[in-house]
Amino acid sequence: MVPLSHYLFLSAVLFMTGAVGVLTRRNAIIVFMSIELMLNSVNLTLVAFSSFLGNVTGQMLVFFVMTVAAAEAAVGLAIIIAIYRRKQTVNLDEINLLKW
Amino acid sequence: MTLEQLMFYGLGAVGIGSGLLVVTRRNPVMSALSLVLNFFCLAGLYLTLNAQFIAVIQIIVYAGAIMVLFLFVIMLLNLRDERALSDRLSARKIIGAGLAFGLLLQVLYILMSAADGFPQKDEALAVSTGTVEVIGVQLFTTFLFPFEITSLLLTAAIVGAVLLAKKKLD
Repeated sequence: MVPLSHYLFLSAVLFMTGAVGVLTRRNAIIVFMSIELMLNSVNLTLVAFSSFLGNVTGQMLVFFVMTVAAAEAAVGLAIIIAIYRRKQTVNLDEINLLKW
Repeated sequence: MTLEQLMFYGLGAVGIGSGLLVVTRRNPVMSALSLVLNFFCLAGLYLTLNAQFIAVIQIIVYAGAIMVLFLFVIMLLNLRDERALSDRLSARKIIGAGLAFGLLLQVLYILMSAADGFPQKDEALAVSTGTVEVIGVQLFTTFLFPFEITSLLLTAAIVGAVLLAKKKLD
């Protein structure tokens, strides 16, 4: 049997991978995909706890996280398309209108 | 080694590998395809946790719908490759990777110090929590209100996406 800590360890490593992607990559779409990776690692934690504790609430939370992720992906990609139409780039270094 | 362990360590290794590919590939299409592989691995891991419903939803919604949207946008924008990651090892990259590694160490420390108190898996209980029946009953009783709010959220997202992607705002 696989202990709970192994699932949590895997989830932590996946979350860290996503965090590295968000902090180091400059392509807006890849940053976005890294965020999806982080969301998924958290989902893994929730499902692992839900299964080990025999409590279905964790899986319900995953269900809602997925819905929010779908909405986020739709709106975020629409924003990226709108920015690309204006500036012809998705490089985050060149999108600095709101930076001080 | 039991089948469960075999599946966990195999899928976990492929999942971490494809996760690393997502953040290291220059070509966004390669990143997106690696992410699809990663989602399939996670769906397999959900199955080892007896969460059948979540596993199926993971494949349909994430690997099916969301990643198709990503690939569609990547190909629509016809992005060129980013400059090589090793081109210049800028301070931001080092600091970013360092911060993330520090985060990992912190989480691992907490995991280590709390590992004794983790619950043991009750196989029969775990099997009975992840079924579609149990989730459906919960969804339409205890979680009915959040479920309805979700529909509102999705409507707002659709309207927002259409409005944002429109050519001219008039």
